[in-house]
Amino acid sequence: MREVATTIGILGAGRVGTALARRAVAAGYDVQVATAKPAAEIALLLEIMVPGARADEAEAVIAASDIVILALPLSKYRALRPELFTGKVVVDAMNYWAPTDGVIPVFEGARSSSEVVQDHLTGAQLVRSFNHMGYHEIDEAARPAGDPHRRALALAGDDAQARDLVAGFIDRIGFDPVDAGPLAASRGFATGGPIFGASLGRSEMQKRLQEAEFAA
Amino acid sequence: MELGIYSFGDVQRDAATGELGSTAQATRNLLEAIKLADEVGLDFFGIGEHHTREMPASAATVVLGAAASVTKQIKLGSAVTVLSTDDPVRVYQQFATLDALSNGRAEITAGRGSSTESFPLFGHSLNDYDELFAEKLDLLLDINESETVTWKGKHRPALNEALVVPRPDSGKLPIWLATGGNPQSSVRAGLLGLPISYAIIGGQAARFAPLAELYRRAGAQAQITASELKISVASPGFVAEDASKAKEQFWTHWHAVMETIGKIRGFAPPPRHHYDMEASGAGALFAGDPEEIARRIVTLHGQIGHMRQFFQMDVGHLPQKDFLRSIELLGTRVKPLVDAELAAKQAA
Repeated sequence: MREVATTIGILGAGRVGTALARRAVAAGYDVQVATAKPAAEIALLLEIMVPGARADEAEAVIAASDIVILALPLSKYRALRPELFTGKVVVDAMNYWAPTDGVIPVFEGARSSSEVVQDHLTGAQLVRSFNHMGYHEIDEAARPAGDPHRRALALAGDDAQARDLVAGFIDRIGFDPVDAGPLAASRGFATGGPIFGASLGRSEMQKRLQEAEFAA
Repeated sequence: MELGIYSFGDVQRDAATGELGSTAQATRNLLEAIKLADEVGLDFFGIGEHHTREMPASAATVVLGAAASVTKQIKLGSAVTVLSTDDPVRVYQQFATLDALSNGRAEITAGRGSSTESFPLFGHSLNDYDELFAEKLDLLLDINESETVTWKGKHRPALNEALVVPRPDSGKLPIWLATGGNPQSSVRAGLLGLPISYAIIGGQAARFAPLAELYRRAGAQAQITASELKISVASPGFVAEDASKAKEQFWTHWHAVMETIGKIRGFAPPPRHHYDMEASGAGALFAGDPEEIARRIVTLHGQIGHMRQFFQMDVGHLPQKDFLRSIELLGTRVKPLVDAELAAKQAA
């Protein structure tokens, strides 16, 4: 039987972080959120934007969560302390977006931004997902399993068990998981790629990733 | 409820040759639009700082200054001023000058802006994005408080008892904080007691209702009087006599601009069914006939309680004559309907 996550930790309380937190609470997960600010400062924000989620400090949130989601601006990834993530399943929902965030040389190579983040968080099992879907669609496009209009979300990571765990989470919050294989396959999820910002069901997404030869 | 327009100075495209019109003509078109908006009774016209071939409204206060002399009642503002890459002293001087020339009709809306052309243009680094904005907003608010300013920061020389003039007759300029929906911006605006301007440009408009509540609660926490906590909404919109023609025509131009932005930012332009969903019901795209647009503004008002809504109509080379007609319908048809409906609701 595959492992099932029960606790979700989200780093970042912006548009993406709060949207994912709302979906996770709605799906019955135990959800905690942390930002760089003291937990007390985001308590009001969570009370109104994500009723049912709790604020805590990052270290505690990471320690308590089966899945940790990174929903902060990518430029802040170096501030994440790698030792806190050892042995953790971590979902990278961030994007490298040079036209709006400026050029960051380390992300200019052929590798995906998630591969760079994985290098930094050496002990984590990193899975990339959610980055290719608009934040308001995370709220608005979720559908129950079997719905003919259910949208797909791609995921990629080097650890098969971690991918399974994240696929289960994606399914439970309202989307069809499409497992693209190893983390290198997440190059196909980036801005300007075949699935970025596109509204796709499972088979169409699989087809596009295969055509672009990004999938396993 | 105030209604208005905002524009980035969209250039025309020759229908026959496909060639782009001149940026100078686009600037004159903008002035023509503001003059008409004033004549038909609209309350606000905002110019959003842009620096592109297709949207060349880079010097908003110059256009607004010209507009001040040919308009009577309409409020004139930015939507937005990209404060991160400007000098708050200069911004304040320009808008205070506009305020003097327009007899108190100037407003500043400060934002980060979603386009970033101004960063290389004025020699700023995008890596300082958050810090630049926070620091410059802090200085701008200080200047609004007092005509002599003493201030120190990282990205601009310090000021010691510096005089910043002219000053508005009313004492202060309205300074709005613009946000695309990041919850922390709503908290910030509430805590600072600044009026907030939501850019609702996609998805379902009602998702901003919790943000509005967050803004008001944060304001209450900072003991800001409720009447100072104003909300405005900026969204794409287009009004024509016939609803299906309005939606059809706006699709062409909205899709064109989404395609252009998508190419720069690496996303596929949204398909037609996506547009149809957002251009109806509770969606963020306000394209339709006057009755539908009035109804949808009133519905959103019930959810958010905003005191102003203003629309970006001239996108993707919308012909100037259709832009003008849409402005006219917003003033002469939509506004009276909204006023009547809200008055009836209040009486009930």
